[in-house]
Amino acid sequence: MLKMTDVKKVFRTDLVETHALKDFNLQVGEGDFVAVTGPSGSGKTTFLNIAGLLETFDGGTYELDGQDVSNLNDKHRSQLRNEKIGFIFQGFNLIPDLNLFDNVDVPLRYRGFNSAERKKRIENSLEMVGLAQRMKHLPSQLSGGQQQRVAIARALAGEPRFLLADEPTGNLDTKMANSVMELLKTINDAGTTIIMVTHDADLAKQARRNIYVRDGQVSEL
Amino acid sequence: MFNYYIKLAFKSFKRNPILSLLMVTAIALGIGASMTTITVNYLMSANPIPHKSEQLFHIQVDSWDPNNPFNDDDDALPNQLTWTDATNLTHAKKALRQSAMSMSGAIIEPQGSESKPFEASIRLAYTDFFAMFDVPFLYGGPWDNNSDSNREQVVVLSKRTNESVFGGENSIGKDIVIAGRHFQVVGVIDTWEVMPKFYDVNNGPFNETEELFMPFSLKEDLELPNWGNNSCWKSPDGEGYAAFLRSECINTQMWVELPNAQAEADYLDFLNNYVRSQKELGRFPRPLHNRLNDVMEWMERQEVVEEDAKMMMWLSFMFLLVCLLNTIGLLLAKFTGKSSEIGLRLAVGASKADVFKQHIVETACIGLVGGVAGLGLTLVGLQGIKSLYGDFVDDLATLDASMIVVALVIALVSSIAAGLYPTWRACNISPASQLKNQ
Repeated sequence: MLKMTDVKKVFRTDLVETHALKDFNLQVGEGDFVAVTGPSGSGKTTFLNIAGLLETFDGGTYELDGQDVSNLNDKHRSQLRNEKIGFIFQGFNLIPDLNLFDNVDVPLRYRGFNSAERKKRIENSLEMVGLAQRMKHLPSQLSGGQQQRVAIARALAGEPRFLLADEPTGNLDTKMANSVMELLKTINDAGTTIIMVTHDADLAKQARRNIYVRDGQVSEL
Repeated sequence: MFNYYIKLAFKSFKRNPILSLLMVTAIALGIGASMTTITVNYLMSANPIPHKSEQLFHIQVDSWDPNNPFNDDDDALPNQLTWTDATNLTHAKKALRQSAMSMSGAIIEPQGSESKPFEASIRLAYTDFFAMFDVPFLYGGPWDNNSDSNREQVVVLSKRTNESVFGGENSIGKDIVIAGRHFQVVGVIDTWEVMPKFYDVNNGPFNETEELFMPFSLKEDLELPNWGNNSCWKSPDGEGYAAFLRSECINTQMWVELPNAQAEADYLDFLNNYVRSQKELGRFPRPLHNRLNDVMEWMERQEVVEEDAKMMMWLSFMFLLVCLLNTIGLLLAKFTGKSSEIGLRLAVGASKADVFKQHIVETACIGLVGGVAGLGLTLVGLQGIKSLYGDFVDDLATLDASMIVVALVIALVSSIAAGLYPTWRACNISPASQLKNQ
């Protein structure tokens, strides 16, 4: 359901040309939980950004759910991101002056759901992460772990097929990190495909599949 | 989504209140300055009688000095008529309606009331004046043709004069002493403030309507003083008031109502023939040159909107532009501060168009708030003009409904224009870089 073939990504400045991905090949099946590890600057985040349609690529092909996404315009790319992909970031990326309800509401607003449908989905996803009682709180009133749970609720509210997580436990202590990891495994067990970039080898081991990225190329572990 | 964008705009306003306030202030200052001058220009150049301004004509005939034109402009004609010509032309009755007119003043002595005598301005005119200019009446009506012919001492009061002298009650048929003579009140006009006062721009196009109206023919009998410009190219033949009236001095306005183009052409023919007949009497030594000006032509020819006012308006537009340039800078700073939120919205499914719409709505909200604040500053500016120039600009320094709409539209359009570049930048940020940097 995610298939990258010989994908290339080059970052250019006036002086330097950096090959972030070189002939990157990867296939991820439905329901998989893939942990991506590798040293800093190896291309993990670039891979995740391309997978999430946040960045374009310079060569090769990328099929998402059987659809070639190489030449999609902004409207179609944003529609695909909205409907099929959920994001979790290391820094949570919650909007500070929106309460939890409104934060989870953000992707749903661009989906065109009516208010009743949005309310139902927001309440369900906050319930799933254990924060339904605090939906009127602001992010600043929560711990880091709780904020990441809100970010997960936001990613899940649209019921995406893919969950892309970039160092989702990077800002959390071990206890909170484990709690978030347990939540991700539960989500994966429910059928959502997860690709998680991490530096934490122990967390990576908990995934169904581990891949290693080095110098812009991928290898299975 | 529009309501959602409005909600986000006000969230954003609260998030950066100082930055938002600076933008609102910049727009308000620009709108306040430009709307103050636009309002003055608008009221100066407004059509005071739009439904028939093309049927009312001010008459100009060249009765001036054979050796020197009226002024340096080759096309210039005297801006008033002699009493003789205005009277002759009115009595000829060649137009649908016609009236010679001039301004004067006299002392009113209220009878049996506690009010003290006071000086009142008078419009001397023929009965057609009222129908020609659609003057509204509160009580009674204009005097009739016989009153004009027989020089009857009848008077029409302004609403304010009627309130001063008769306490605002129906005063038709009552006696009033003006210039030591007894007059009978035949009418009281309702509120009537034409702006500009097109029928007599010589005496100030922004002055108030006169307090009394009486038959023009009484000017001679009562030897009423002439208020306003009186220009002469040669001295009167003789002494006294009668000689002054029959001199070549110009001090009288003349308006006619001509319902169509044919009537206009016919009247110009009549006017030319009149001047030719006067030439045979030894008058009108200059070449034949007469003109009919409709209301707007007349105001333009008389430069009712002064060049200074136009220049002020353009300078205020430049000031608005400077304020908008500042707003662009502030918007760039504000939207740059929102980069991570914009990156997030793009990541979770907002298209660039969605982000663009959200931020244009936010900019428009800032513009509208700035526009409302600008209206407040406009009122302050207009008060400043009143205190600077005095009571005679009272009616010019007024903000009407259409000007309020114009202010809000200018605020909206200019703020959206100012927001285009910052918004375009906002929706072109790279979400990947913003999300990683959070």
